[in-house]
Amino acid sequence: MAVTEEIRPNADALLHAAPPRRPANMGQILRWTLLFLGGIAMVMPIAYMISTSLKWPHEVYNLQLIPDEPHLENYTYVLEDGRFYGWFINSIVIAVVTTVSNVLFDSLVGYTLCKFRFPGRYIVFIAILSTLMIPTEMLVIPWYLMSQQLGWLDTYWGIMFPGLMTAFGTFLMKQFFETVPDDFIEAARIDGLNELQIWWTVAMPLVKPALAALAIFVFLGNWTAFIWPLIVTNSVEMYTLPVGLSSFGDEADVAWELIMTGAAISTIPTLVVFLIFQRYIIQGVVMAGLKG
Amino acid sequence: MADLSIRDLVKRYDKTQVLHGISLDVQDGEFVVFVGPSGCGKSTTLRMIAGLEEITSGEVSIAGRVVNNLEPKERDIAMVFQNYAIYPHMTVRKNIGFGLRTAKMPRADKERRIDEVAVILGMTDLLDRKPSQLSGGQRQRVAIGRAMVRDPAVFLFDEPLSNLDAQLRTQMRLEIKKLHQRVGNTIIFVTHDQVEAMTMADRIVIMKDGHIQQVGTPSDVYHQPANTFVARFIGAPSMNMLPGVVGNGGKIRLDSGAEVTLDTGATPGQAVVVGVRPEDLYPNDGPALVRGPVLVREPLGAETLIYVGREGEEVIAKADGRTPPEVGEEVTLTAALGNLHIFDAETGEALR
Ligand SMILES: Nc1ncnc2c1ncn2[C@@H]1O[C@H](COP(=O)(O)OP(=O)(O)OP(=O)(O)O)[C@@H](O)[C@H]1O
Ligand SMILES: [Mg+2]
Repeated sequence: MAVTEEIRPNADALLHAAPPRRPANMGQILRWTLLFLGGIAMVMPIAYMISTSLKWPHEVYNLQLIPDEPHLENYTYVLEDGRFYGWFINSIVIAVVTTVSNVLFDSLVGYTLCKFRFPGRYIVFIAILSTLMIPTEMLVIPWYLMSQQLGWLDTYWGIMFPGLMTAFGTFLMKQFFETVPDDFIEAARIDGLNELQIWWTVAMPLVKPALAALAIFVFLGNWTAFIWPLIVTNSVEMYTLPVGLSSFGDEADVAWELIMTGAAISTIPTLVVFLIFQRYIIQGVVMAGLKG
Repeated sequence: MADLSIRDLVKRYDKTQVLHGISLDVQDGEFVVFVGPSGCGKSTTLRMIAGLEEITSGEVSIAGRVVNNLEPKERDIAMVFQNYAIYPHMTVRKNIGFGLRTAKMPRADKERRIDEVAVILGMTDLLDRKPSQLSGGQRQRVAIGRAMVRDPAVFLFDEPLSNLDAQLRTQMRLEIKKLHQRVGNTIIFVTHDQVEAMTMADRIVIMKDGHIQQVGTPSDVYHQPANTFVARFIGAPSMNMLPGVVGNGGKIRLDSGAEVTLDTGATPGQAVVVGVRPEDLYPNDGPALVRGPVLVREPLGAETLIYVGREGEEVIAKADGRTPPEVGEEVTLTAALGNLHIFDAETGEALR
């Protein structure tokens, strides 16, 4: 009994003691402030997009974030407008085809450049890389002339062909294939697989995280592409979503509330794509952490 | 019917030549170990046999068939790599079965083969695991299993045990040897560990700088080393080398002053090196080969290694484990004449 009596006051003292207060750390405050500002900068456009999509036309230039009378009329209008579905389908087809094409062909070329020794390999690699230095704005004129002469204007193929393979994707995949040990490839070669089978069954599964990253990248890039689709398409039915949305309204007035509504709807597929592939990226990080 | 023969094999990378004409005949079912220091060309030789590396000149034939221009898969070989090369994205069953992917046989037969191999390797319970859920030794077993399912004419191993810890290495060494006795395929095994070579091989091929130094059974290369390199490379601790000069009547006068009488066929005046293994050299009152103070003792239990002589010129000898001489004590070391090896001091070639 005596022992517990002695201990109790100590325990009480501990319970009532004030928690140690750390002195305010300037570095920490600065970090949080910067993060907060960065967060605001990222979220604001999205918040305004959604807010505008809920406004009446006369409110659009009134910059308050919460609309006076929020409503869903814009959504009903856009979804009932037949053109929207056509553009949506166009964008889906184009983004999916270019994504699949990039994932396959960028990695095929990247793999070849990485794992095979052949004369001119280095020159080919440099040539591919150097195309990264030319901006799209400069390329659209030759692309346009080419499409015109080959009759590709106003077709899916015309919209897609410049993006079916990218120098960036090839470079990315080449770098990732460097992480695949040569032993894996040689072992498969001894086991009798041909080079295409080795690429597909051995090398590709080992760079899944890179493929997922590339897929997200290419999909987003093509989903939001504007300049080239605008130039190469003539008929309203061939528009992609960004081109079509920008055409909402008439000559006198841009219908921002409708554009924002379309934009809000069009973010949904990008979220889906991200959710699908992001799993592989996380999985890949886990796999790469283990030896063997 | 799976003998292997190599004729005048040469490998050149641009200007540097790494293999200088290697020839070797391997019998069907033989376990041959290539051993040598790092960079001597062991892997290169193995990879040329496998078809992973181009042959600059020379000839490789397997089962009487020249395979120089055949793809690896057409050579009827299987290879086990140092870092296993098992695929992290496939289960053990898939990994083992990978060797049969392109084989033309019914699916049921393939499955049966995989199961048989799993039984031999004791991996039946692990077939559905991924490599990341296996220990190092188990992964190495999967790699061996993948080679085994194909029942190749020749197995090629490139330092398969060097990623394992010492205890596991000893265990896998034994397992591979047992496996060989059981399946009987020809095996070419590369290592830089002479203990591995001695314990596993039917015949050892000792290489240095792209040349074969000696080919022989473990007993051959241990008891009759062809030159000083082999003599020092095989056996641990290394053979002691005592320089000397041949005198008249078969006498050899060592630089230390000791004299031995041996029939070597060497001409009087010739400079020689007398080699004696630590285990053949021991403290005794007999005729002295080496005399000097004990510098260091290394107790090994049953025996104690003693370093004897002048600093920098000391020799290693084996003393009794229970009553070794004290450090600083003057000892006289002797060896049986039959255990001495005589080499030409200039060429390093064995004289007897
Ligand atoms: N692609 C290459 N280009 C030039 N030289 C090479 C090339 N590959 C290997 N070599 C050289 O060939 C020699 C033999 O190499 P090899 O890999 O066969 O050695 P090794 O005996 O297997 O050594 P280790 O025990 O370290 O594996 C080395 O000196 C190496 O530098
Ligand atoms: Mg090697």
